[in-house]
Amino acid sequence: MSTRGAIATAVAVWALALTISARVPGAAGPQAAAPPQAAVSAAPPPANTDCLACHEDDSAVRADGRPVVVKLAAYEKSVHGPLWCIDCHTDVAKAEFPHAEKLTKVECATCHPGPVEQFGVSVHAKARASGTTVAATCVDCHGTHDIRPSKDPESRTYHLNIAATCARCHGNADIIAKGKIPSDVTKAFADSIHGRALSRSGLIVAPTCSDCHGAHDILSPQDPQSRVSRAHVPATCGKCHEGIENQFGSSTHGRILAKGTDGGPACQTCHTAHGIQRAESVGWQLSVIGQCGTCHADRIATFRDTFHGQVTSLGFRTVAGCADCHGAHEILPANDPRSPISPGRLIETCGKCHEGANANFVKYDPHADKHSRARSPVLFYVTRFMTVLLAGVFGFFGLHTTMWFTKEVRVRRDRRKGRA
Amino acid sequence: MNGHLRAVEIRYVKRFDRLDRLMHGLLMLSFLGLAATGLPLLFSTTAWASRVSHLLGGFLVAGRLHRTFAVLLIAVFLTHLGRIVYKVALEKDYGLLWGPRSMVPQPRDVRDLMHHLQWFVGRGPRPSFERYTYWEKFDYWAVFWGMAIIGGSGLLLWFPEAFSRAVPGWVFNIALTIHGEEALLAVGFIFTIHFFNGHLRPEKFPMDMVIFTGRLPEAELKHERRAEYERLERTGELGDLIVRPPSERSWLAGRLFGTSAVLIGLTLVGLIIYAVAAHGL
Repeated sequence: MSTRGAIATAVAVWALALTISARVPGAAGPQAAAPPQAAVSAAPPPANTDCLACHEDDSAVRADGRPVVVKLAAYEKSVHGPLWCIDCHTDVAKAEFPHAEKLTKVECATCHPGPVEQFGVSVHAKARASGTTVAATCVDCHGTHDIRPSKDPESRTYHLNIAATCARCHGNADIIAKGKIPSDVTKAFADSIHGRALSRSGLIVAPTCSDCHGAHDILSPQDPQSRVSRAHVPATCGKCHEGIENQFGSSTHGRILAKGTDGGPACQTCHTAHGIQRAESVGWQLSVIGQCGTCHADRIATFRDTFHGQVTSLGFRTVAGCADCHGAHEILPANDPRSPISPGRLIETCGKCHEGANANFVKYDPHADKHSRARSPVLFYVTRFMTVLLAGVFGFFGLHTTMWFTKEVRVRRDRRKGRA
Repeated sequence: MNGHLRAVEIRYVKRFDRLDRLMHGLLMLSFLGLAATGLPLLFSTTAWASRVSHLLGGFLVAGRLHRTFAVLLIAVFLTHLGRIVYKVALEKDYGLLWGPRSMVPQPRDVRDLMHHLQWFVGRGPRPSFERYTYWEKFDYWAVFWGMAIIGGSGLLLWFPEAFSRAVPGWVFNIALTIHGEEALLAVGFIFTIHFFNGHLRPEKFPMDMVIFTGRLPEAELKHERRAEYERLERTGELGDLIVRPPSERSWLAGRLFGTSAVLIGLTLVGLIIYAVAAHGL
């Protein structure tokens, strides 16, 4: 291009930009270079100022009384501020004015084909397709005229605001009922270590809803493809907790889960999904014992009979819970020599609390079963003996006392009668 | 009571000396303390157990209190044993080993039991009892049995690391079970059967004060333990045992202490029954 040509082009662009900036409120952007379809339309399409003639008026209403006002200040600050109204409301470009009340639905996909395509397979889209009108679409999370980029702290989709955005529906009893949402998890999340890290500590690295569930392509946890399906949970948590994911993968639990059978626990089986508590908190360490017991019912029953089980049940953490002997994420069966409860490591494991533990000491059975002759024969017979002893003593003296009481009452009555 | 006796001061007979009463008082104190600090563990899955345990200042404090009361009880027990040995070996009072003044079970006790049962069902007169009745002897020896079983297992559980040098670890499984079950037996027995036999039955209600004041009215002794009364009369010992009525102060103190113990005991029994009903044994 010649120098003169370049200058001429620059002048033309400058003149065009000047014209546009005079017409469009807000700064001129590249998308705003010309009103769409200007070349094919006979009448010039409406500019934003034309729309605002009505839509800036607070008192202008629809037939049903709802206002039509568009908050100009919010729109100008939005990520779409430089666009023309008719860029989204395409049917208005050719409409007669005042245009019809019902406009064509805005097609976000025109500019954002990727996210909209992802949304198409999501649990939200499927719910909508099956007639659930409260299921979220683009505007429910992003807003309408006031959409901000997700980096903007004012945005609904800013990392620290996402939980509140999701909670607008997922914490709303009315929508939970109408949308058949399984439960309200927003309060559990708000109280969780993740929720507190976001809301109290303002940690931008703390996970919010979308870190586990995804954003546009959220799937039901029952969908095997979901990030939060049982099989995928360890990998999802492992995005941050990579070391734990590695430990878990080689543990008994991890191996059962990897086999794909239903019995294998994933992270949320012990930690819960939304109400995850700080692992150091005493309350959680005590409650997780019960959590182990939901699968290992026979083991928790025998544990509760021991001193460890009694003290933890009373609400004190001074004695051993499950994880203190078995480990947590790296749990292995006793026949694996790496396991802390393998015979070779018992003295070391018991010795963590019981200084001076020896080979004799670790013959203690932390899950002795008084009902099992095979596992705990001596205990079995001792328990039987005690039961017979208690029944005998209370039986005999119970009867003795009852008879004595009856007799004394009768003697008193007779004496009173005798006097009278 | 006849009118002309009203002016006469009621004669009292001495039954327990000062040390006996002190021993019983310390026994009560340590027993109640052990029960209150130990029962929460036995019923750890109930809400009241957790509440009591926290109220006591937490499991570590409760444990320390439990062991303190245990030491007190062992001291009381050993003191009593020492006294018996002293009286028998040095004072040569062999009557403590056999005969009407002895705690040792004897053929008479079996006969008394039979006659008592017959009296309950109206097939005989009220039996005439000696100084210690068969149910009192049962209470007395139950403490020996309990001290051996509960005390022994308790010591094992107190120092498991040290005892594991001598016994295998599974013994601690047994120790915990019998410690708990035997404690349940002791607590259940004392707070129901002993309370009833000693205090709550219509003749004694609300409380037999003899263990607190050490003395009882002569008429009561004659009515309850005719054999002993007649023996004391026969041997002429009765005269030496006649004492003044208990002072107002000792009577009030006994009432207060005894009533508190009975109320605490019955409360614990209520909690046990509630726990067993709600959760099973």
